[in-house]
Amino acid sequence: MENKKIKRDAVLVLLCIIISAAVYFIINIYVKKDGAYAVVKVDGEIIRSLELNKNTSVIVHGYQGGSNIIVVDNGQVYMTDADCPDKLCERTGRISRTGESIVCLPHRVVVEIQGNTAERIDSVVQ
Amino acid sequence: MKGTKESQRIYKMVMCGVLTALAMIFSYIESVIRIPLPIPGIKLGVPNIAIITVLYVVGTKEAITVNFIRISLTALLFGNINSFLFSMAGAILSMLTMIILKKINFFSTVGVSVAGGVMHNFGQIIAAAFIMGSSAILYYLPVLIITGTVTGAIIGAVAALVAERVKRQAEKNL
Repeated sequence: MENKKIKRDAVLVLLCIIISAAVYFIINIYVKKDGAYAVVKVDGEIIRSLELNKNTSVIVHGYQGGSNIIVVDNGQVYMTDADCPDKLCERTGRISRTGESIVCLPHRVVVEIQGNTAERIDSVVQ
Repeated sequence: MKGTKESQRIYKMVMCGVLTALAMIFSYIESVIRIPLPIPGIKLGVPNIAIITVLYVVGTKEAITVNFIRISLTALLFGNINSFLFSMAGAILSMLTMIILKKINFFSTVGVSVAGGVMHNFGQIIAAAFIMGSSAILYYLPVLIITGTVTGAIIGAVAALVAERVKRQAEKNL
C-alpha cells in the first residue's frame, strides 16, 4: 500500500513538471512576440501606456502609497528604485515581449508588454 | 491514541498551540529567505510542515483553524493587507485540496503536500491577477507550478517525518 502511494506521488510530481514545462515552452514560442507598448496598471486600472521605441522614465505611485520608477530604454522596460520591501520588481530585470510583465505586489503595480493594438492606445490617451 | 477524553482534549489543544507557533516562526523565516528567482508569489512553503503535521496528527478542523490563525497573525506582524489576501486565497485552495486528498487516501504525505503547494500557488496567482487586473501575471503560472511541485515534495517528506515522530510521542505519553 505504502509503495503504491509513493509511486502515485512520483507520477503526480512528474506530471506537474512535464505539463508545466510544456506550457512554459508553448507560451515562450507561440505567445511571446516583440511588443510595442508597456501598459502600466495600478490596482487594476491602466494609468500609463509607454511606447517601447521612445526612451523615457516615469514615476508611478502605488496603491496606498509607495512609488516605482519605470524606465524604457532601447525597446526594453525595467523598474528601478521601488520603495517596496521585496524589490522583486527591480530583480525582474528587462522585459520586451508581449505577455511579459513586471509585478510589484506590495504597490499593486503591474507593467505588461502589449503588441500593436490601436484601440487600446486610444482608450489610454484620454 | 489512548488516554482519557480529557487528556486527549488537552493534548489536541497543546499540539495546536505549539504547531501554530511553529508555523508562525516558519512563516517569518520564509519571509526573510530571499529566493533568487524574481517570480511574484514564489515561496518555499515551510509553514506547511506544521500544517500537515496538524492535519495528520490532530485533525482536519484543527488544521484549518491553525492555518487561518497563522495567516492572520503573520499578516498582522510581518505582512500587509495584500500579502494577507494572496496567502488567504492560496491557503483556502491548498487546504481544501490537501483535506480531500488525505481523505481519499490515494497519495502519501508527499503527494498531498505537492498538490497543496501547487494549489497554493495557483490560488495566489489567480487572486493576484484579479486584484491587479492583469492577466499577464498568469504567465508566471507554469514556473510557479514547477517550483510548487519541487518545494511541496521536499516539505511533504519532512512533514511525514515530523508527523510520525509527534504521533509516536503522543502514543507514549497519553
